Amino acid sequence: MDHFARLGLPAALDLEPAALDRAYFALQRQWHPDRFVTKPASERARASLEAAALNDAYRTLKDPLSRAVYLAELRGVVLPGDGKTIDDPDLLMEAIEAREELHEAGTAQAVEALAARARAVMAKSLGDLGGLLLQDDKPAIRKALLRLRYLDKFAEEARARRTNLERAKA
Amino acid sequence: MTLLEIHEPGETPLPHAGEGSLAVGIDLGTTNSVVAIARDGKPAALHDEAGRAMVPSVVAYPSAGGVLVGDAARLLMAEQPRAVVASVKRLMGRGAADLQAVAGVLPYEIEPGSGETDMVKLRVGGKARSPVEISAEILKTLRRRAEDALEKAVERAVITVPAYFDDAARTATRDAARVAGLEVLRLVNEPTAAALAYGLDKGAEGLYAVYDLGGGTFDFSLLRLEKGVFQVLATGGDAALGGDDFDRAIAERLLAERKKDGLVDRLDEAAVKTALALARQMKEQLSERDQTSGRLEIAGVPSFHALTRPEFETMIGHHVARTLDIARHVLADAAMAAPDVQGVVLVGGSTRVPLVRAEVARLIGKPPLTDIDPDEVVALGAALQAEALTGGSDTLLLDVTPLSLGLETMGGIVEKVVPRNTPIPVQLAQDFTTYQDGQTAMAIHVVQGEREMVADCRSLARFELSGIPPMTAGAARIRVSFAVDADGLLTVSAEERTTGTAQRIEVKPSYGLSHEDMADMLYDSLENAEADMTQRLLTEARVEGRRNLLALDAALTKDGALLDAAERAALDAGRTRLETAIAGDDREEINAAAEALESLSKPFAERRMDRGIREALAGLSVKELESRVGE
Ligand SMILES: Nc1ncnc2c1ncn2[C@@H]1O[C@H](COP(=O)(O)OP(=O)(O)OP(=O)(O)O)[C@@H](O)[C@H]1O
Ligand SMILES: [Mg+2]
Repeated sequence: MDHFARLGLPAALDLEPAALDRAYFALQRQWHPDRFVTKPASERARASLEAAALNDAYRTLKDPLSRAVYLAELRGVVLPGDGKTIDDPDLLMEAIEAREELHEAGTAQAVEALAARARAVMAKSLGDLGGLLLQDDKPAIRKALLRLRYLDKFAEEARARRTNLERAKA
Repeated sequence: MTLLEIHEPGETPLPHAGEGSLAVGIDLGTTNSVVAIARDGKPAALHDEAGRAMVPSVVAYPSAGGVLVGDAARLLMAEQPRAVVASVKRLMGRGAADLQAVAGVLPYEIEPGSGETDMVKLRVGGKARSPVEISAEILKTLRRRAEDALEKAVERAVITVPAYFDDAARTATRDAARVAGLEVLRLVNEPTAAALAYGLDKGAEGLYAVYDLGGGTFDFSLLRLEKGVFQVLATGGDAALGGDDFDRAIAERLLAERKKDGLVDRLDEAAVKTALALARQMKEQLSERDQTSGRLEIAGVPSFHALTRPEFETMIGHHVARTLDIARHVLADAAMAAPDVQGVVLVGGSTRVPLVRAEVARLIGKPPLTDIDPDEVVALGAALQAEALTGGSDTLLLDVTPLSLGLETMGGIVEKVVPRNTPIPVQLAQDFTTYQDGQTAMAIHVVQGEREMVADCRSLARFELSGIPPMTAGAARIRVSFAVDADGLLTVSAEERTTGTAQRIEVKPSYGLSHEDMADMLYDSLENAEADMTQRLLTEARVEGRRNLLALDAALTKDGALLDAAERAALDAGRTRLETAIAGDDREEINAAAEALESLSKPFAERRMDRGIREALAGLSVKELESRVGE
């Protein structure tokens, strides 16, 4: 059963966070191991598996990027597994330049500006991804997802750098 | 016993003593422990005769024999320091490799275990004892307190652990409960339990933070509370940071001042313990006043010391800063900012330090919540969860893993399989492959922690998957699965998936307790089991006896007219005998008195029964009667 089906939700990129929460909470109310503490071992084991599957589904679908990757994989798009490899030369250039910019940004504000730019680009390409999925353009989907994954990592690095800068200042 | 077992329609039978034992909530703290019970959603801490809920988490093995726990143990500290252990929680699940983290904080003779994953032992009262068996003594005391207060057997408990406790410390806690004869219904994270108490008791809704600074651990958790759902979004902490560290900072200063005054101390265990005790006293006074002073006596040589609050605040500033740093990280992990937080709940004795309060208020931008006693709130939450787990409830508690779990890969790098803050229970797998032609075995090293290098993480288990059919390098597919259950406990399994000759191996990392250790401890507790059992049987007999008295009284009130004076007098005498027996300690006598009362009341019961049937039949037509019989 795929994650969408498990939570009783349509397999789509657009997902209302509140709807996801509602579906998840309702099913966990039914399956969470806390409900089975006094039940026989076999029922407890079953509940534990169900609850774990629900958690996996929730975690995967909650974050828009991981939801997009999952959806693409359901459609047969294959991404490099480790999330670190970049096999797109354009993206590689972009990454090298951005890393340099990040390195040179000496203040928390400068770093925040870079992170904000990355987030804006992410929001836009996530929006575009919906269309690509509709057209089922696999190479374009793959390219877009790799770029999104990279941007996500970049935002994470920017966050770490910002924390470091702030700590150094304090 | 069938004494007067007639229930009026709509009248619920009195609860039966045999109907499963009660489930309590236990906050097993570094400094203090508390046991609580919830009934009908109302939690209450159980107090001793003096009205105190907190039991100091101190255990003594006096030279005269026996074991003391709590205040009695603490009093022995000055006299027989080598027989007394405090803060043992800091050593739960710790191995030789962790000693650095606690070195200096705990003035004990610590014996590292022999292997890499052996738990340390303490030499106390002339014997090497594991932290598990010492903790078990605290749990036994709490269990006894609960049984005395509730007059019922207590065999099940929800026990809280710091959210940031790793797998080894959680397992050790579970083992300690087992040694104490308690079935652990669930290990609940301390901040989550506190949130539960607030959410259920005070009806809090929205995004809440829990800042828990106790004696030895710090936790910070962020939860979303809504309509009975308690969803932990992120958690973080330091399993070795707390009031103990404040004490140590002051103690060091005291000893340094003595040195400056030309006093030459031999710093043995007793001297350090005395300095720490004074330090703690001065620290706690500084929560109320701007300055304090104290007298320290080591080996008969006294010295006098003064300390102001600003001085103290300078000494602990870096510890407090670290807690705020962790809090900021947790907020960032949940992609939240301080202004999103609706309220911050303070838990733990060390949150009484004014600097801590002020800094937390500054970070969150709101005055912290303290309306539930910070000393009891964790135990109260645990009690609520114990009731929910055994009695059913609509509350849903969704917690997360505090630390990432992963495997060692080439070059000592960690490959994370379960990232921190993943909701539990969880089951995640990762595929690996062989890197040599013809490789038939693969070493699997399970680690926990956030660092990239294995050397910086905690090693949980090592095992080898063997029997892999020889293949070219990279052809085998080894799937390693991590399962974390709702207690936060990990099971790892591995199998080779291309050949179907699935070699499967499963490991439950259990830091440090060898099977023999566990067996010894269980054996020791069996030695005491007879005494425990006698007590239990006595308690049960009393409860059963009281139940009978209540039933008899109810029947007499209702149908007393069915008895003539002589019968009534005989019953009253039987009743008095049972009452007296219950007040005494003789189980045989209680049972005998109860039996005597039962045979005395038999005619009465029969008459009531007859009347009950006659009344029931009086208003019924034959037809109705037939349909009833058919039911
Ligand atoms: N008034 C006070 N001012 C400062 N510190 C205090 C005060 N009262 C208690 N403490 C400190 O609080 C600590 C104990 O707190 P608490 O009982 O919450 O810890 P615990 O639950 O046993 O520990 P943990 O949760 O870390 O396992 C001790 O270090 C104690 O000195
Ligand atoms: Mg505590």
